[in-house]
Amino acid sequence: MYLHEAHAKDLLSRYGIALPGGRIAHSPEEAADHATALGGSVAVKALIHAGGRGLAGGVRMAQTPAEAKDHAADMLGTNLVTAQTRSRGETVHEIYIERALDFSRSLYLSLIIDQRRAVPTLLAAAEGGTDLEENAAAAPAMIQKYPLAADGRHNPAALAAFLDMLGVPDSHAGSVLAIVESLVGAFIDSDATLIEVNPLALMEDGTATAIDAKIILDGNALFRHPDLAALGDTARADAVETLAQENEINFVRMDGEIGLVVNGAGLGLATHDMVIEAGGRPANFMDIRTMATADQIATGIGLLLDDPGVRVLLVNVHGGGMTTCDRISDALAIAMQDRERTVPVIFRVAGQNATEAREAATGLPTPCTIPENMTEAVRLAVAEVARCPS
Amino acid sequence: MPILIAPDARILVQGMTGKAGSFYTRLAMEYGPGETGGYVAGVTPGKGNTTHLGLPVFDTVAEAQTETAPTASIIMAPAPVAAAAMLEAIEAAIPTVVCVTERVPVLDMVRVRDALRGSETALVGPNSQGILVPGARKIGVMSTADASPGGIGIAARSASLTSEVVAQLSAAGLGQSTTVGIGGDPIHGIGFAECLAFFRDDPDTQAVVLIGELGGVQEEEAADFLAAETYGKPVIALLVGRHAPEDRRMGHAGTVSVLGSGSIAQKTALLESTGVRIAATPDDVARALGS
Repeated sequence: MYLHEAHAKDLLSRYGIALPGGRIAHSPEEAADHATALGGSVAVKALIHAGGRGLAGGVRMAQTPAEAKDHAADMLGTNLVTAQTRSRGETVHEIYIERALDFSRSLYLSLIIDQRRAVPTLLAAAEGGTDLEENAAAAPAMIQKYPLAADGRHNPAALAAFLDMLGVPDSHAGSVLAIVESLVGAFIDSDATLIEVNPLALMEDGTATAIDAKIILDGNALFRHPDLAALGDTARADAVETLAQENEINFVRMDGEIGLVVNGAGLGLATHDMVIEAGGRPANFMDIRTMATADQIATGIGLLLDDPGVRVLLVNVHGGGMTTCDRISDALAIAMQDRERTVPVIFRVAGQNATEAREAATGLPTPCTIPENMTEAVRLAVAEVARCPS
Repeated sequence: MPILIAPDARILVQGMTGKAGSFYTRLAMEYGPGETGGYVAGVTPGKGNTTHLGLPVFDTVAEAQTETAPTASIIMAPAPVAAAAMLEAIEAAIPTVVCVTERVPVLDMVRVRDALRGSETALVGPNSQGILVPGARKIGVMSTADASPGGIGIAARSASLTSEVVAQLSAAGLGQSTTVGIGGDPIHGIGFAECLAFFRDDPDTQAVVLIGELGGVQEEEAADFLAAETYGKPVIALLVGRHAPEDRRMGHAGTVSVLGSGSIAQKTALLESTGVRIAATPDDVARALGS
């Protein structure tokens, strides 16, 4: 679960990390009021659940409250598209107004879990800023790694030596070390999968301040953190995808014509590859989870039937365990019995109860084709869309 | 000789008494040899001194170990307690531990991996369909209808694709020696590299199929492993996710390049450079094995 900047900074402030100080605004007027209260120049930042805002116009400087108001009016209600959002972007509902600080040097710090070593790991660069990601892609060596123990334990002297080697000036060595240790505490305590501070400003007086902060929490560990779970990124959630999720179906909405009914993430990815490489466009990504009942699967199929862009359903299911193939034909029948609109079905199933399911599918109130294999199923679905253009 | 499960394996179930645990344990018991399919006991805290599905149930792995001497365990406990169950099995030095539980917190898995360092246990999973020795033993939750005994070893990150590939191979007359689901989570037990080593040493395995997908480092580790030796058996890789929806592609930007968590193009190039044949779709795997 992605925490937007204001929530991320709330969490970091509990660990004593210095922050510029800011407030959330919901209107241009509120933005101007906050700018007045904070005094001096401010940063006007779009609060979305993704990074890459700086390069996408989602962070702007304002010298006066009037200017802050104008920037807020520009941003609120718009769709901000960054390198890290979906292509349709994310609507800006809130703005963060934050005191602008003067600094000439900054660092990049982040904590992640290194998949190869299976330990939390500090990533650091001597030069922070919005172009860090581009620079790092071109020269990965500029980011240095420091592995921690499984529970975040580390040798402070060795960590200090790492920061020194990175190029942290002596004047800031103590404050940067303290911030890294606080970040490690926050990472472990809150079950984070990413904490990133970029830039960490090195101030004149030897302290360091987190100018921007990004936190991603492990969605599977939220049961341990009800307070953090309550911050949920509901603004970002898609109603269709949420309904599917409540019915044991992982569903990602896309904008093609071929509705996919698939079980398992791997088979889902394989089906996507095949449809796209055959020239088709998927309407969705679907992964029916093992525990889903026929009624729940019918709800998922209903989402596709109710989408006017969907012109054919491509079923690609391998039955086994609790998901037998006839559960899918049952679900199709349930979804179609209450609806006027149906679309042709390409019904490709294999595994447990496949024969029963194929027989049941031929009784559906819509043309149903039983292909030989996956490749043919995909070809037939693409051909069906081509045959009757909208 | 299958890998990871000895022919005389004695299997424990941690979390047998729940709905899913009962359902899958019954199927696995029916699949294996004899009355109980190689299963010897269950563990559910608070349900000690009872029996379930005809097997004794104990409160702890240590008690089950004293009474029934298991050599393998399958964990079907709920996610919040799955790590504790894995740690208990590792502590008891059970040689093969399979965890099928989904949605285990990643920092829990970091602690489990820490416990595995220097231990004798091979952990398979979590979020794995388990291990299948066709016609002989099942420690898992996978479909068995289309599996057949033979010489192809399979290691996979995806349960559904494993079932699909197994069915297609069986239809083509290519049976399987052992199938292993290494699990779909970022941090898990054994990986492709360990599976390749097991299959190399297994005289019954003639060729290996790896089923990978975008993200993670499994395919890269497999390529590192194969580059370092003369493997001697054909290896085929089915890699999916070339056109994954962008939600599944979006990782932690900025760190991806450092940690080398790769695209399908990168994984394909690395594996091909070590002599691995690439199957573009599930329908191509049997053909790639024949070529």
